[in-house]
Amino acid sequence: MNYKTVIGLEVHVELKTKSKMFCGCAASYFGEKPNTHTCPVCLGLPGALPVPNKQAIEWCIKIALALNCKINEFSKFDRKNYFYPDLAKGYQISQYDLPFGHEGSIEVKSEPEARSQKPEAKLIRIRRVHMEEDTGKLTHANVGGENVSLIDFNRSGVPLVEIVTEPDFENEFQVVQYLQKLQKIVRYLNVSNADMEKGEMRLEPNISLSEISNFQFPISNENLPEYKVEVKNINSFRFVDKAIKFEIDRQAKLLDEGKTPAQETRGWNETKNATVSQRSKEEAHDYRYFPEPDIPPITYGETEISKLKSQVGELPDEKIERFVKQYKIPYYPAEILTRNLGIATGYEDAVRIGSKANIGSATIANVVINNKIDFTGTTPSQVVDLARESARKDEISSSELSEIINSVLSENAKAVEEFKAGKENVLQFLLGQVIRKAGKKLDTNEVKNGILKIIKS
Amino acid sequence: MISTTNLTIESILEGYKDKEFSITEIVSTYLDRIEKLDPQLNSFITITKEDALTKAKALDNNLTTEQFNNFPLLGLPIAFKDMYLTKRIRTTAASKVLENYVPAYDGTVVKKLKNAGAIILGKLNHDAWAHGGSGENSQFGPTKNPWNTEYVPGGSSSGSAVAVASGFTPLAMGTDTGGSIRQPASFTNTVGLKPTYGRVSRSGVIAMASSLDTIGHLTRTVKDSARVLEITAGQDNLDATLHKELPESYTKNLEKGIKGVKIGIPKEFIGTGTQPEVKEVFEKAVKEFESLGAEIVDVSLPHTEYGIAVYYILQTAEVSSNLARYDGVRYGENRTFFGDEAKRRIMLGTYVLSAGYYDAYYKKAMQVRTLVKKDYDEAFQKVDALIAPVSPTLPWKLGEKVNDPLAMYLQDALTVTINIAGIPGLSVPAGFSGGLPVGIQILGPHFSEEKLFQIGHSFEQQTNYWKETPKL
Repeated sequence: MNYKTVIGLEVHVELKTKSKMFCGCAASYFGEKPNTHTCPVCLGLPGALPVPNKQAIEWCIKIALALNCKINEFSKFDRKNYFYPDLAKGYQISQYDLPFGHEGSIEVKSEPEARSQKPEAKLIRIRRVHMEEDTGKLTHANVGGENVSLIDFNRSGVPLVEIVTEPDFENEFQVVQYLQKLQKIVRYLNVSNADMEKGEMRLEPNISLSEISNFQFPISNENLPEYKVEVKNINSFRFVDKAIKFEIDRQAKLLDEGKTPAQETRGWNETKNATVSQRSKEEAHDYRYFPEPDIPPITYGETEISKLKSQVGELPDEKIERFVKQYKIPYYPAEILTRNLGIATGYEDAVRIGSKANIGSATIANVVINNKIDFTGTTPSQVVDLARESARKDEISSSELSEIINSVLSENAKAVEEFKAGKENVLQFLLGQVIRKAGKKLDTNEVKNGILKIIKS
Repeated sequence: MISTTNLTIESILEGYKDKEFSITEIVSTYLDRIEKLDPQLNSFITITKEDALTKAKALDNNLTTEQFNNFPLLGLPIAFKDMYLTKRIRTTAASKVLENYVPAYDGTVVKKLKNAGAIILGKLNHDAWAHGGSGENSQFGPTKNPWNTEYVPGGSSSGSAVAVASGFTPLAMGTDTGGSIRQPASFTNTVGLKPTYGRVSRSGVIAMASSLDTIGHLTRTVKDSARVLEITAGQDNLDATLHKELPESYTKNLEKGIKGVKIGIPKEFIGTGTQPEVKEVFEKAVKEFESLGAEIVDVSLPHTEYGIAVYYILQTAEVSSNLARYDGVRYGENRTFFGDEAKRRIMLGTYVLSAGYYDAYYKKAMQVRTLVKKDYDEAFQKVDALIAPVSPTLPWKLGEKVNDPLAMYLQDALTVTINIAGIPGLSVPAGFSGGLPVGIQILGPHFSEEKLFQIGHSFEQQTNYWKETPKL
């Protein structure tokens, strides 16, 4: 049977603030000695109180603004109560009914397409963007023959931004597009490294299949499938792709057999290449949310919000469009050049330097892309030098060129016949032969026109 | 021979300066009295005798006039309710869960008082986790009222009130979430200050109900109380709910008198639930205020009757969350060590926050909280301060109400709305009935402590009840 896939996404992004969300401890924990970045607050000791990190809140709002969200001028923190050994206080400070951002959207490519065109866009609605704190990290190990669980609280209290979408994704391709874009945006904003392998960006897709296949996205509530399966523990774009494909197959098989897949949380198992059941609906928590009494409500007025908005700067999509217009390059190279802010800036610097030497922006784009220059080991002026080198053409007289072409054409009579029979790509072969015979750097257009002229005459 | 029962913070600090006695003499006199008399009262959980004497001797050896200027409480003995975290001194919350818990850090107020030169005599008993109004919920045994040891001293800061009333310390720190400083002060003839919410840092004090908890103290006199607030008030960057601005001084206007000050009497506070003995003492107090030149006005706080309901929803909700960290994983004992009252509040609080009940209980209580605040805001449009009894009844006998939690909760009727509104309250001695003390509370708008001290001081100077001490 034919099913329509419905996917929503929860993404956690760890901010790279200097200090933690509610205390002065250093927020960096990757590779640090366990339990060295801790204090009474992030250890949840008796009497310790949270003091919110203003920078983290403003960065969260910036992310929300970059995702075209509305900002709640009056917001607050809430306690999410549950027990887990990695949760020092017995509750997580999060946001419940008044997240900093809500009702946003971004566009992603709807499906793979030809490279030269701006692709078909698909709008993904953002339900909410909120601020919370990370938990400690549990490690299960064998120490001296005994199975033990070790807790590292260095990560406890690190600022996390949670971004929740509406169930607007139709396939794994759109999900990956969205994730790559989101990663690019937070890197542009310089608020997170969003390195998935380090856990700085974590994602949880919820996937279900609809037996009603004749609806249009955005899906309405009555068309939502009666179950959803959440998949955790995915730490790369490749795995999210695999995990979704796996789930679609698994759920389709169950539906084909007339069964409804269980509402549950599953984990991606890298070695099995499969998702495995972790927790069923029956164990769902009642988090008993209530306003965090230790932190007064937070208000951001219109002027403060527009100030933050002005700090958001040019986002990836805007940059692509500007590059296409300003540098007269096609969409695809513009997209490549803007994947990373360092490359985009380096490219623009190189174009500026190159313009003084009459080297075009398209030539520089080609040099950057073809040589995979990321501007970490190469300066913009070195790129201009490379472009100048590649643009240099040797002089050749038209009689000399005609002579060489004639000789190549007579040596490759068969290829000429093929070309005349309609095999146009043979032209490229002939072109190469002429340039090689000349032993010079020639203007390819001039040579191409010469060949065509002689063949057709 | 020094008699500690006549001493105040003021007289001790002056005695030091005038070389009337040494710090060591004072500290050891208090410690001796505690050792001799506290076994019958049970106001201390931990006594830090060695450390206190060592510190006293060290201070005596280096005493200069300049030091008195730099350390406003130099050599002053002090004791803390066992909710205050004290570095390297066991802190139990009067619960078996933390029976052997030794904190790694000092709370802000502990630090401020230590830095001012105070010497810690020990940690005081109270209702476990500050849950209660009689001291009987302590898992270290009940504290007894020094005025009659068959009676409760009030709570939850039972040990703090008893220690000050019995001459075991001139200053005891307490916490007030629903009356826990004012009510035991009223039951023991001491002065108890519940500051405005946001005036004194809660950092490093074990949380009971975070939106209601306030950090205050018990002393013999109002002037002493004002002096201590000058040390404890203000920001520390560790409590996000603290207010920025501070008055220049809390003692400056003490002697100004209260001529022309408008004082309101909330009629709901002296209704049918209030014992005739309490009413009688209160009415006498009202006359004293009139004779001091205050203008007495009747006011109404119409939502007072919902106070207990609102309080026991919000407070238990926050308690259930705040006690979650005591799971015995990293420190302390596991949750089976909680006493009945803590378990009762965890269950009540969990219930009112549960899905499906939140709107009917917690959310509704928050809405009524706004109305209670509004009552006070409107009253303070008309008057400078309010006066009222602290407790609707006199102290009751030990054991009398332990099997009736609801009756115990109803005892808080006249104190909880002050915490719900976040305003300050000062409990001062107002006389006796049948040999048991009765206090009144002076209430004011947010951050009006200076005014409350001024009013309280005038009343105290006129009445001198504070000079009465229990015979032990």
